[in-house]
Amino acid sequence: MALLQIAEPGQSAAPHQRKLAVGIDLGTTNSLVATVRSGQPQTLPDSEGRALLPSVVRYHGGEKTIGYPAQAEANQDPVNTIVSVKRFMGKSQDEILATWPNLPYHFVQQSHGVALLADGKSRNPVEISADILRHLRDRAEASLGDELTGAVITVPAYFDDAQRQSTKDAAKLAGLHVLRLLNEPTAAAIAYGLDSGQEGLIAVYDLGGGTFDISILRLHKGVFEVLSTGGNASLGGDDFDHAIVHHWTTRWGLSESLQKAHYRRLVSLAKATKQALSDGQSITQTIELDGQSFDASLERTEFDDLITPLVKQTVKACRRALKDAEVSADEVLAVVMVGGSTRVPLVREQVGAFFGQEPLTSIDPDQVVALGAASQADILAGNKPDNEMLLLDVLPLSLGIETMGGLVEKIIPRNTTIPVAKAQEFTTFKDGQTAMMVHVLQGERELVDDCRSLAKFTLTGIPPMTAGAAHIRVTFQVDADGLLNVTAQEKSTGVQAEIQVKPSFGLAEEQIAQMLKASMANAKDDMQQRMLKEQQVEAARVLEALEAALDEHRGLLSEEEFAQLRQSMDTLAHVAQEQSTDAIKEHIEIVDNASQAFAARRMDISIQQALAGKQVQDI
Amino acid sequence: MNYFSLFNLPETLTLDTHVLASSYQTLQKLTHPDKFATASAQEQRIAMQKNAQVNDGYSVLKHPLSRAQHLLSLRGLVIDHEQHTLGDPEFLMQQMEWRETLEEISSDEAALEEMQTEIQANIKDKLTGLASLFEDEHSNNEDIANEIRKLTFIYKFSAQIDAQLDKLDDF
Repeated sequence: MALLQIAEPGQSAAPHQRKLAVGIDLGTTNSLVATVRSGQPQTLPDSEGRALLPSVVRYHGGEKTIGYPAQAEANQDPVNTIVSVKRFMGKSQDEILATWPNLPYHFVQQSHGVALLADGKSRNPVEISADILRHLRDRAEASLGDELTGAVITVPAYFDDAQRQSTKDAAKLAGLHVLRLLNEPTAAAIAYGLDSGQEGLIAVYDLGGGTFDISILRLHKGVFEVLSTGGNASLGGDDFDHAIVHHWTTRWGLSESLQKAHYRRLVSLAKATKQALSDGQSITQTIELDGQSFDASLERTEFDDLITPLVKQTVKACRRALKDAEVSADEVLAVVMVGGSTRVPLVREQVGAFFGQEPLTSIDPDQVVALGAASQADILAGNKPDNEMLLLDVLPLSLGIETMGGLVEKIIPRNTTIPVAKAQEFTTFKDGQTAMMVHVLQGERELVDDCRSLAKFTLTGIPPMTAGAAHIRVTFQVDADGLLNVTAQEKSTGVQAEIQVKPSFGLAEEQIAQMLKASMANAKDDMQQRMLKEQQVEAARVLEALEAALDEHRGLLSEEEFAQLRQSMDTLAHVAQEQSTDAIKEHIEIVDNASQAFAARRMDISIQQALAGKQVQDI
Repeated sequence: MNYFSLFNLPETLTLDTHVLASSYQTLQKLTHPDKFATASAQEQRIAMQKNAQVNDGYSVLKHPLSRAQHLLSLRGLVIDHEQHTLGDPEFLMQQMEWRETLEEISSDEAALEEMQTEIQANIKDKLTGLASLFEDEHSNNEDIANEIRKLTFIYKFSAQIDAQLDKLDDF
């Protein structure tokens, strides 16, 4: 229901043209792209019919290889083959090395987080992820035969602001228009919800390669409401593999240098072993390392013992998520299983036991997220105007700012429905203080050191006053993607500072622009033409929508307001005929400003009418 | 911002939560950014701001305590985020008794459950009292504020009992 978008019959260029939109599951282990065709979401396979794209990129001799070929080469060239880059998104080098001390990569500390040195060039996780996304975009465009309008990209529900922002940046870099970042478990619930039309509480248990999420959702009259989310951003099936490797190397007494030299091979074997044990009770095999043979057999019971502590952790997170949602396990109607690791029998057993029911596994757990994302992309692109489904999401981790003594004052608690805006007032600490540092943090702990630092900025120009006299209002605004914008204002003077939170571990806006430019340098003229065309189309769209709005609600404007708006529209219509992209952009903005109050009033009117109409229905 | 009028509801403490939830869903369908995914930047901005108000309003109206605070703020007195000690000796005595009892029965699940039932009944009484205070336009705002402060304490105490019960569960 886009308020201002009412086209006259026959006026819009191609009224029934479907917009090409895809859902992308940018996974730790595998990535997928899916779209809705003939009303059904389906994954888009590669030329060999494979839906999965291993999230592996190898940089070699100035070229890059992505997916299966890269995975096949990983053992010979571990240093230049980046596996599971998603783990590094929005993280610092210290955090990465603390969690995975045995990685074969060369990390390079950069001003904005970390980069990996491969094939003589350093690239940050955003750029590497963009290479995977670009590959999927190309696959989709080749398969669908046209450019994409937009994409829904999934992220673990547990991702913090820095990780979400990094994901969005990667998409931008890959030339994708992001319709929405969607939580993976929510996408999975959409895939099941649309198919079966369930109503009630649903738990989504998502154990992928590198992340674990649990979400409690309520489905009611077409509204998907996320009641709570929890999990662990660094726990997944890869940890099962590492546990097996650790078990073997300890049993063999393998030296550290041998371990390091053959780690990738050992992990591959462990992964295969884990998969074999999903069906079988034991596996007997050996592995040759530097001419020596080692017994790499494993029993299912041994494997279960190895991973029990990890599975227990996930069940504990389930209990907490239920508590946060203020519901109990027996109220849950269905449990959706997502992620390849849910094929492990012990996982199904333990989850089933906790929720007291058989979990749902009918949709391929590797594909279910991409399929749900495709459905949502189809809706957001406007291909289903009558669709009533609405998805309400929550903030995964609390947001706050640093106060005296290294403590965090929470401004928006976790599991608050987003978008949300909250303001809180703070004051100066010293007499004559003219500046104030605002340190934005995310996390549940009370101490600054235990939370994730998102950004720091300074509000300057506060007039000198006695301590405690200034009123500094800090406003947090979180959008539907869970991304944060912070403003600080001193109330008596109106001095203001604003920041789109990103710097700590992401890329600065200029960096992205720079990279985009570099990747398009050879197509420069083409690019300019395209941008001009885009602005012209946008201008036409703005004017058309406004004309329709004026036909309907002209009465909401005073004569004076109307005259001003009309004039700005006429000027825009004139400028749009000419060849200056910047001028068109500028005049769209002028029209935007002139129509702002009008748009807000229209929104209010529609709300009043809807609520009044509802009351009549209620009687 | 008057959230009661945003949700088209009467300004009362007792509220039909089903009507509230249904208004909330209607408002969501009108204002959620997903409904504006292909709209202009301006519409997206306006929708986001309105939707943030809707979400905030719902969270305020949903819980009786924040609803009461909001009602009082509409009467001109703002009491959130305050440091205020109650000067009601009778209530202070009651608080102390409760705390002592909680300490004594901290490992007795049945007794904790029983105490929680008692506290919930107490909350219900307080809410009924508050509702009639709000209905009387001659009520003194400070009197209302004091009742809300007591209620705040009782809710916190109830959460402490729950936390204690959870602790027992973990073993």
